[in-house]
Amino acid sequence: MAIKVVLPTAFTRHTDGRKQFDSSAHDLPGLLADIDQTFPALSTQIKDDDGKLRRFINIYVNDEDIRFLGGESYAFKDGDEVMLIPSIAGGKI
Amino acid sequence: MNYSCSRYELKCNDCGKRFGNQPLSACPDCLAPLEVAYDLDAVRGIFTRENIAAGPPSIWRYAALLPIPDGFQPDLPVGFTPLIHAKNLGKRIGATNLYVKNDAVCFPTLSFKDRVVSVALANAQRFGFETVGCSSTGNLANSVAAQAARLGIKACILVPADLEAAKILNTQVYGARLVRIDGNYDHVNRLCSQIADEYTWGFVNVNLRPYYAEGSKTVGYEIAEKLGWKLPDNVVVPMAGGSLIRKIRKAFQELIYLGLVEEKHVRFFGAQATGCSPIATAVKQGTEDVQPQKPNTIARSLAIGNPADGPAAAKMIRDSGGWAEDVSDVEIVSGMQELAETEGIFTETAGGVTTAVTARLYAHGRILPDEITVACITGNGLKTTDSLVGHYAEERAIRPRLADFGDYLRELEGAQELAVAGDIHGN
Ligand SMILES: [Zn+2]
Repeated sequence: MAIKVVLPTAFTRHTDGRKQFDSSAHDLPGLLADIDQTFPALSTQIKDDDGKLRRFINIYVNDEDIRFLGGESYAFKDGDEVMLIPSIAGGKI
Repeated sequence: MNYSCSRYELKCNDCGKRFGNQPLSACPDCLAPLEVAYDLDAVRGIFTRENIAAGPPSIWRYAALLPIPDGFQPDLPVGFTPLIHAKNLGKRIGATNLYVKNDAVCFPTLSFKDRVVSVALANAQRFGFETVGCSSTGNLANSVAAQAARLGIKACILVPADLEAAKILNTQVYGARLVRIDGNYDHVNRLCSQIADEYTWGFVNVNLRPYYAEGSKTVGYEIAEKLGWKLPDNVVVPMAGGSLIRKIRKAFQELIYLGLVEEKHVRFFGAQATGCSPIATAVKQGTEDVQPQKPNTIARSLAIGNPADGPAAAKMIRDSGGWAEDVSDVEIVSGMQELAETEGIFTETAGGVTTAVTARLYAHGRILPDEITVACITGNGLKTTDSLVGHYAEERAIRPRLADFGDYLRELEGAQELAVAGDIHGN
């Protein structure tokens, strides 16, 4: 089983420029643990001092906010596209 | 690229880092929203009652505290809308000092969004964007389309597919590219974040957001100036993304700091539709943890289920000692009718929300009758006539004969009542 994780440009300075990667995580806590291992710098950026996901980040599974799917208890399905998007995304010039 | 300006620059709300001026809305480090911070002391001698009074009758009279580039020559007379003492509405709902801030008449597209868009597009030009875009529930789309047309900038606008017909037409007529998205505003907004990340476009409510949002402060400046440089006791504000209510407070704080008004504690009240009330729900629960909702209301301009400034708005309302309420679709229509019948102001559904919530705040004693209270009406009813379909009978036509007219009136109002009127007339 694999999911595709999509990141905004603002996060790619912690992922060697990669905007997406595959993960075999089964749920959101699993994905965050995976990010912890693979991209520790990204992990620090998206979590606050208490180790919780910052409230300025929204997580979408395919087109839906994960909170409408059960949040942490949602079990990823094979092929799910999981997007991390700051609640107000930054721009670039 | 950085565009320096001595008067203001972007600052992170959470960690306090500063970022100069650039199209950026979130802090690269902690991801919190960025806000425009001013050197208030630098404008102390410029932003005065006298200078403002000598300025044009538009939001540009407050240009010293707006994030517009040096040398920018604004020529659209946006804003400076009426503040009306709503005596008739007040009589109905038990208020003696109620005012209505009427942005149903804001130029050029009949909503308060004209204020924010004029500031956003000044910055879009400064940063050299050839195309501007936005996600919108309608009013913003109308305003971006109109003002981009006038400035000769291309516009690409994304809206939920089920928007009111008038709001769609009011975007297309200006030649903007309109993309209808099969989803609600939150889906559209998510997509816009991704597009802004991918394309080099100026999205007024994404990468230009800090500048755009500052335009809302002018509502606050105008309220104070039109009250004779005094602050009200209470302000009732409709909430979609939650930005407007915060910016009105920011305006009041700036006026206090610069000595244009006396210090006063103003209470802030938020208005939402029950079918989309994430901020009101959080306020009622005493938390700033705003949980997203799936919107289902006729007040589509307020139908943002995951409001970007929701947590900050909820906190601010509670800190001010205010409150937030939500009203049903039936009450929203009644609110629109009540404001039209008493004050001659035809507002869109969002104004119905504000009116109905204001009435309830008086009824529940959260606002006292003689407190100076301003209800903010933010958009025009001509854009949401769909919501009134079926509420008024379609009258049959009569022949152009005086006798027929008399028959018709008798039929309409009842023979007895007319007979009395006839007696009086006969005397
Ligand atoms: Zn920060």
